[in-house]
Amino acid sequence: MKLVLHVWRQSRPDAVGAFVRYEVTAIPHMSFLEMLDALNEELTEKGEEPVAFEHDCREGICGSCGLVIDGIPHGPSRGTATCQLHMRKYNDGDEVWVEPWRARAFPVMKDLVVDRSPLDRIIQAGGYISVRTGSPPDANAIPIQKERADLAMDAAACIGCGACVAACPNASAMLFTAAKVSHLGLLPQGQPERFERVLTMVSMMDEAGFGGCTNHGECEVACPKEISVDFIARLNRDLLRASVTAVG
Amino acid sequence: MDLQSRIPSGPIQEKWDRQRFELKLVNPANKRKYDIIVVGSGLAGASAAASLAELGYDVKCFCFQDSPRRAHSIAAQGGINAAKNYQNDGDSVWRLFYDTVKGGDFRSREANVYRLAQISSNIIDQCAAQGVPFAREYGGLLDNRSFGGAQVSRTFYARGQTGQQLLLGAYQALARQIGLGKVQMFPRTEMLDIVVVDGHARGIVVRDLVTGAISSHAAHSVVLATGGYANVYFLSTNAKGCNVTATWRAHKHGALFANPCLTQIHPTCIPISGDYQSKLTLMSESLRNDGRIWVPMAEGETRAAQVIPRGERDYYLERLYPSFGNLTPRDIASRRAKEAVDSNRGVGELKNGVYLDFEDAIERLGRDVIAERYGNLFDMYERITGENPYEVPMRIYPAPHYTMGGLWVDYNLMSTVPGLFVIGEANFSDHGANRLGASALMQGLADGYFILPYTIGDYLARNGRDRVTTEPAEFAGTEREVTSRTQRLLDAKGSRTVDSFHRELGQIMWDYCGMSRTREGLQTALEKIPELRERYWSDVRVTGRNEDFNQTLEKAGRVADFFEFAELMCVDALHREESCGGHFREEFQTEEGEALRNDDDFAYVAAWGFNGVGEQPMLRKENLEFEYVPLSQRSYK
Repeated sequence: MKLVLHVWRQSRPDAVGAFVRYEVTAIPHMSFLEMLDALNEELTEKGEEPVAFEHDCREGICGSCGLVIDGIPHGPSRGTATCQLHMRKYNDGDEVWVEPWRARAFPVMKDLVVDRSPLDRIIQAGGYISVRTGSPPDANAIPIQKERADLAMDAAACIGCGACVAACPNASAMLFTAAKVSHLGLLPQGQPERFERVLTMVSMMDEAGFGGCTNHGECEVACPKEISVDFIARLNRDLLRASVTAVG
Repeated sequence: MDLQSRIPSGPIQEKWDRQRFELKLVNPANKRKYDIIVVGSGLAGASAAASLAELGYDVKCFCFQDSPRRAHSIAAQGGINAAKNYQNDGDSVWRLFYDTVKGGDFRSREANVYRLAQISSNIIDQCAAQGVPFAREYGGLLDNRSFGGAQVSRTFYARGQTGQQLLLGAYQALARQIGLGKVQMFPRTEMLDIVVVDGHARGIVVRDLVTGAISSHAAHSVVLATGGYANVYFLSTNAKGCNVTATWRAHKHGALFANPCLTQIHPTCIPISGDYQSKLTLMSESLRNDGRIWVPMAEGETRAAQVIPRGERDYYLERLYPSFGNLTPRDIASRRAKEAVDSNRGVGELKNGVYLDFEDAIERLGRDVIAERYGNLFDMYERITGENPYEVPMRIYPAPHYTMGGLWVDYNLMSTVPGLFVIGEANFSDHGANRLGASALMQGLADGYFILPYTIGDYLARNGRDRVTTEPAEFAGTEREVTSRTQRLLDAKGSRTVDSFHRELGQIMWDYCGMSRTREGLQTALEKIPELRERYWSDVRVTGRNEDFNQTLEKAGRVADFFEFAELMCVDALHREESCGGHFREEFQTEEGEALRNDDDFAYVAAWGFNGVGEQPMLRKENLEFEYVPLSQRSYK
């Protein structure tokens, strides 16, 4: 099949970017990224610079890839990372627009690559359980209700790709933050730091330049792991309680 | 150079305790005076960096990805083994040890494997305390499953995302130390060489992948946790960025490379669909618990799977191995699949796969049970192939997945370059000639959390804490070499892309040094690789410039190292005149086509020393002794 691509090209963070039109030939079995690989091979052979985009595992789990395809982060398929999107979703003659994540906290570095390090900083601010390597209690010393453990796992499935931020009209990292706050806050091991954690993580989210959450719910739709906005409600409950009971 | 494996004396159960007592300690007040570099942030690297920082050392951690959370450990699906015996089914440290040595086809070190089995339980405790959401039973206790042919249920898991959850546990421990200022993290920074001063590893030279700047970092010790080299085949289940560069550069500076030909080809991956294919996708091995593997009996069969009558299907694993059936170990399942396809009985459009069929399981257990067990895997399969595995059998074929070989390390995980430690998949130590399922995560975390933090202290305590700097001339010299090498790639200005060369190299490796190997084939490969390497350096086209975010240049450097490394792999495969685990030499097989080991001549670790590119490397042998698990031929019949 033949497609027309409009790809965002931007040589440097401070350069002015623009869409560039390319014609490509694709095979239905190809993944979207393999289609871009083919374009890049062609560009290289012509002596032009290939399109920069991030990818690594190409199995939808590392969270490296992420393109806004026709205005939708990770493209048209629900619960699918860009690398798992296949060309059989497209028809001959389709025109496709490809851009990077757009968010103040994620400056464009080159073409389709953005800087997502602020997500790491949110985790560094408190997205962990403070346990040293050493001699923790036996793993079965603390039983955890299955439903609770399963719910924690639903939240923990986040791959840190940043699609939630790209989808949010406020460019908020609320779903990302809520997923970690909920994963740890649901488990008995996470209780001692539960309220401190939500305060430090949300405060870092603000500091890093992400917007606030106004419950649009776009994040859940874009999330390749279909993480529920219910976790945002959970975060808000903990945040409220933490704010009124905070010491000092 | 004599290979000192430094395995402590005494009964195997006491070796690690003895060693820990004999290792020198660093005074707590002095730890902050030591700088340690950790390269790589996967399970081994992240757990090591976090644990070392908790102890008080000054740690710098490097990864080429944009975040340490992206390392390829994240893609491990199945689980992690531990000898907890929570299921009361007769598991023990001894049994895990025994299974691992035997499963490794007697090419690993008994003492290392025993230690791994001992530590396995601590890992589960540590991870549960970190909040890793392992699967649980209704009573609230941890659930286990049997995995990869083990006769006991010792595998802990978090849905089909165990690697992800364990890595995030280690990543969060690391993030905490970064937040506390105890670890300095360098993402998007690739190690391009190691610096050796007075015979000791004293630092690394890196390239900032955003600006292209080449710079040096000095430390009292360097830890490589840079994973395996399966991408030498171009197509593998590894992430696109996985590479051999760090370990290969260390090898060129004197670190011996052990058993490079021992690679694991995983039996259950999605077959190649065309020549644009960029990587292969693994389908969890757990599918073999309920799926039945078969091919049509007739050659060149063209009918659809559903209309082929039972009597005309060859369930070859069940036929050949009645007691293990579809759960035979990975190396055997892979080789038999290749046989089936090579005999013109392959399935699918390209006739390059075998069926993994759930029809009987669905009939027996119902669609809901199957959906609960494998639903996410079925979805993934459908997304990639466009076929619904509830309706038509999956098609699978083996793909390169893991590499048992790696830099040679002693019992303390130190390479032959003093001060250079190697952990996780990057070293060779524990899996012998074949790794068992759910053992890679176990080894990565054992090395990072519970072995290296003790053993590195011994080296540091014995080697002084004078301040280290990048002043010695070796740093500037190595920087110059790295810069000129990078420039050479840019200056080649040839006609072919990096990927086209990598694909061609991968095809040579797959054809001649893949699932089965012959003397003639390996000799052919050894002629082709240097030729292609030469063409690479003269005809590769790398666009852009160094002082920029340049993904082509990154790739070009990695492929250049694969070209040198590939030759060593073939040399090793050629010299090992036996079949063991993942290394199958067609000349050495039993009448039934099983691997024929030669314990008299090859019960050793082949550790190779670098002699120059294209020169015959120097072989050192570490003899393996099997005191506790008697040598025997594996049988899964």
